Amino acid sequence: MIPQPYRVVERKFETTDTVTVTLEPVGAGIGRWAPGQFTMVYAFGVGEVPVSISGGSCGLIRHTVRDVGAVTHAICTAQPGTVLGLHGPYGHGWELDHPPAEDLLVLAGGIGLAPLRPVVTEALARPGRYRHVCVLIGARQPADLLYTHEYGAWRAAGAQVLVAVDRADPSWRGSVGVVTGLLLQARFAAPRTAAFVCGPEVMMRFAARDLGYLGVPADRIRVSLERNMQCGTGQCGHCQLGPLVVCRDGPVVGWDVAAPLLSVKEL
Amino acid sequence: MTAPTLDLLAAHPFLAGMDRQQLDRLARWGHRSQFHAGGRLFSEDGKAERFWLIRDGQVALDVHVPGRGDVLLETLGPGSVLGWSWLFPPYRWQFGATALAHTLTVEFDAAGVRQLCEEDPELGRDLYGRFIAVVVDRLQATRLRLLDLYREDRP
Repeated sequence: MIPQPYRVVERKFETTDTVTVTLEPVGAGIGRWAPGQFTMVYAFGVGEVPVSISGGSCGLIRHTVRDVGAVTHAICTAQPGTVLGLHGPYGHGWELDHPPAEDLLVLAGGIGLAPLRPVVTEALARPGRYRHVCVLIGARQPADLLYTHEYGAWRAAGAQVLVAVDRADPSWRGSVGVVTGLLLQARFAAPRTAAFVCGPEVMMRFAARDLGYLGVPADRIRVSLERNMQCGTGQCGHCQLGPLVVCRDGPVVGWDVAAPLLSVKEL
Repeated sequence: MTAPTLDLLAAHPFLAGMDRQQLDRLARWGHRSQFHAGGRLFSEDGKAERFWLIRDGQVALDVHVPGRGDVLLETLGPGSVLGWSWLFPPYRWQFGATALAHTLTVEFDAAGVRQLCEEDPELGRDLYGRFIAVVVDRLQATRLRLLDLYREDRP
């Protein structure tokens, strides 16, 4: 629970209000992490927030943070050299190999691509592991798309990367519409697919519904839940969702578990 | 332009599972067509005399807004069906459509298909049901976009 000091070594604007910070451990660091897990990031003197791990290797950790409040503002504006505190990693991740699947479908909306980015990089680092890797990305507008500089490399590594925005600007040459509309073009065999979905909760509900219509079994669809996570260890109960404590039992859960909970209003 | 093969129609998601004989009758009112990038398929308020099954490429639905030009509303890609204004009077396009990339389609004669549906009510029910499903799907998608979901997502 004691924050490990990490130094900001790089700060990169992804969009006008979203920044990826690369953090280097000052001491021992937090150890191994898995895609889909999160850490509590402490901006000293301001507070801490849970943030999904969006990448990193060799001890470095990347967090992609949207500037929406006091703590996230402190993280987003932290200059290289600034020391932040991390504890974790917490929660259950995406678990790429369980259950085994032939095709991998990643469906992300908005900043939901951040916790899925390590899934894509890990899947593409293992050529032949999947028959098809499909990455479907949705955003409000082209300027809100994350990691656009990486799409070319993902395609070159064999992934089918499809992008849709809700509202196009005159420069946009891609798809316009909801991200689930891209499913029609995605190459995957539904019964043998693992589908990982992250984004606004309503988007995840509709995505999971459409995936179900296409024949992807509910237990092969995983979603990353967002609740008011404060301690990261299941002690405080702030992130309780029915029988789940999201920071401990999630944030990634199977749709077979999440569906009945997300259909309950105000749960 | 050549007559579409049955296999071409049978392979399109919009007609998935349709009876082979019905596909054969429908195919008589269709032909393959293609559009170069930038080519306009139809314009707002024009006569809705055709519809298309998109096989490859991408088509944009647009509407002309004074001062802003043709504003892109939605794109349709492979596996989509384009055009339903031909189904109901006054048979006028509500929006325009332009190919964004080289686009391959199967193009149907609307009046012929309407006549076919009257002559063969079973086929008509099947086809109208498929169009209703597409309309509902696009309505749901539009409702989702109205929610402006991404504005409220969290880090």
